Amino acid sequence: MSLLEIRGLRVTYGRGPSAVPAVRGVDLTLAAGTTLGIAGESGCGKSTLALALLRLLPSSARLAGTVLLDGEDVLGMRWGRLRTVRWAGASIVFQGAMHSLNAVHRIGDQIAEPLLVHRRETAAGARRRAAELLEQVGLPASRAGAYPHELSGGQRQRVMIAMALACAPRLIVADEPTTALDVMIQAQILRLIERLVAEQGIGLVLISHDLAVLADTCDRLAVMYAGRVVEEGPARTVYDAAAHPYGRALSAAFPRVGDPASRRAPRGLPGDPPDPAALPDGCTFHPRCPVALAGCAEEDQPLRAAGPGAHLAACVHVAGAPVDGPAGGRP
Amino acid sequence: MTGAYAEGAAGPRKTEASGPLLAATGLRVTFPGRRGGPEVRAVDGVELAIGTGEIVALVGESGCGKSTLARALLGLLTPSAGSVAFAGEPLAYRARALRAYRRRVQLVLQDPSGSLNPRHTVYDAVAEGLRVHGVPGGRDERTAVARALARAGLRPPERFFGRYPHELSGGQRQRVVIAGALVLEPELIVADEPVASLDASVRGEILALLLRLRDELGLAALVVTHDLGLAWNIADRVAVMYLGRIVETGTVEEVLSAPRHPYTRALLSVLPGGGAEPVVLTGEPPDPARVPDGCRFHVRCPVLASGEAERAGVADACRTRDPAVLPAHGRDAACHWAAAAGREPDGRDGG
Repeated sequence: MSLLEIRGLRVTYGRGPSAVPAVRGVDLTLAAGTTLGIAGESGCGKSTLALALLRLLPSSARLAGTVLLDGEDVLGMRWGRLRTVRWAGASIVFQGAMHSLNAVHRIGDQIAEPLLVHRRETAAGARRRAAELLEQVGLPASRAGAYPHELSGGQRQRVMIAMALACAPRLIVADEPTTALDVMIQAQILRLIERLVAEQGIGLVLISHDLAVLADTCDRLAVMYAGRVVEEGPARTVYDAAAHPYGRALSAAFPRVGDPASRRAPRGLPGDPPDPAALPDGCTFHPRCPVALAGCAEEDQPLRAAGPGAHLAACVHVAGAPVDGPAGGRP
Repeated sequence: MTGAYAEGAAGPRKTEASGPLLAATGLRVTFPGRRGGPEVRAVDGVELAIGTGEIVALVGESGCGKSTLARALLGLLTPSAGSVAFAGEPLAYRARALRAYRRRVQLVLQDPSGSLNPRHTVYDAVAEGLRVHGVPGGRDERTAVARALARAGLRPPERFFGRYPHELSGGQRQRVVIAGALVLEPELIVADEPVASLDASVRGEILALLLRLRDELGLAALVVTHDLGLAWNIADRVAVMYLGRIVETGTVEEVLSAPRHPYTRALLSVLPGGGAEPVVLTGEPPDPARVPDGCRFHVRCPVLASGEAERAGVADACRTRDPAVLPAHGRDAACHWAAAAGREPDGRDGG
């Protein structure tokens, strides 16, 4: 059984004619000890998807589909059970550690808090565990008495990761964990996350706009566009040999330093991502697609088999058979 | 107003046959220390030159002093030592002279949402520079605004005149900011992280615009960024900054394809998607109020830590001798080990 199985997940904000579909039918699976990357640009629905996994969305959001965590449906859970699952079963690392930490509490106390609440640890036990967690994420235990403003951005992000690990969850969802950080600090944090996933057998969903970061860190990679997964496959394959024209454009937008093809040739994609409130008909990518056919404006495409390793892409130019439901299979 | 750029003119415009357009010599910017502590050496001796029609990338991590250096080049900060010269003339730090200077050198800020007034239309945002510099309004102003918007890729420009920032996408807002800089027909723009807040697909479009402006108008640019990929995408030359000093400089091909300074090598090795073995430096860039003695990088230097510098016989120099300030031109690295390795033809493969 997979650690995480997402089937037909839909999230809609608002009701009636002004309803905005943010996630429009996503199927994904994740095995324990592996990493799934979700890539996409602003407004593609990737952060909404992350929040939906733990039902952290505002009350205006309506969810449909199933999210199975160790076989148990998160969307159908009662409130008390959900509270236990958050932190202990699955935890989330948000982007912007600056705003996610409480400015007036010492970081040691913030790490200890979930332990006191969810694990009923004694104050001394929680303090000891908080010190251990700080060491695990590469901060000296003596920093437990520091306030967030006394730490650098990279150190704050380490504290966020320590908090996410506090109750030894099976799944961690990290939404842009390194976005505001410099490349060297980003490399430090990504190494740390990789090491923790490998050592503790945690399943990790890593969400980022940076396809290159995901290609380096993840086993599998899903590319989202306008609320749907338009490509999914082994991370390196999706980055190096994308089958969907959007996947190709996104990959080409990340320059490979040293590659003559991208020297003095920045590559973007004309146009802007679609407004979720006014999605184009047919394939939502067709207005920006360099290889669109006449039919693309009318007919949307399902994910189709695009290559070995359960590589899938939702494009009319991909010849493989349509795939139903989650891709499931590990390569 | 008479356009200095003829519409559709081909090839870079030349203002001067020789000498750089903008040059910094021995530039230092210091700030008083906090609570009587040691002074902060944000820019600690920098030589930098940008030629007409040249795109130079100033690369470094947060806190390395790159934004302070950019502000000093724009005359927004008075240097504590050294000088800035534009077209051969040293900057005069008087209000009138600075105003004339800032007409020829324009700043493009990161985060277009923050630098546009939400209650000003696109037309007002772009025309603001003209008004500040006392260019009369009327039909000339309309023509200039339309031309700037068109050059920034917002076509047809008239359709954008009455729009407000919230009605535009992130990429369009960044184009408005660029149009606001172009409207005064500057010779150089200083762009601080011009694409950091944009989506990847839009990023490429904005960078392509900067390249096109250089090719069509001969517009020179200093691009301040932490993104080496951006330098590879558009720059001619690159200067790598660490703790207030330029530590490596040369053409983009020289520096990014064959880096000499261990810091540049480490930065390149951690670029995602590269596949090379990453050299992850521990710790964070030290405090500019406490610049280490000797080479300022020696406390984090992997070449010194691995004993490589010892074998090359430079370890003592690394710890005690500050490498000389790099000249503004040419190919060089401020590194004792690289200098020693350079003297032996195949001594460079060790690190």
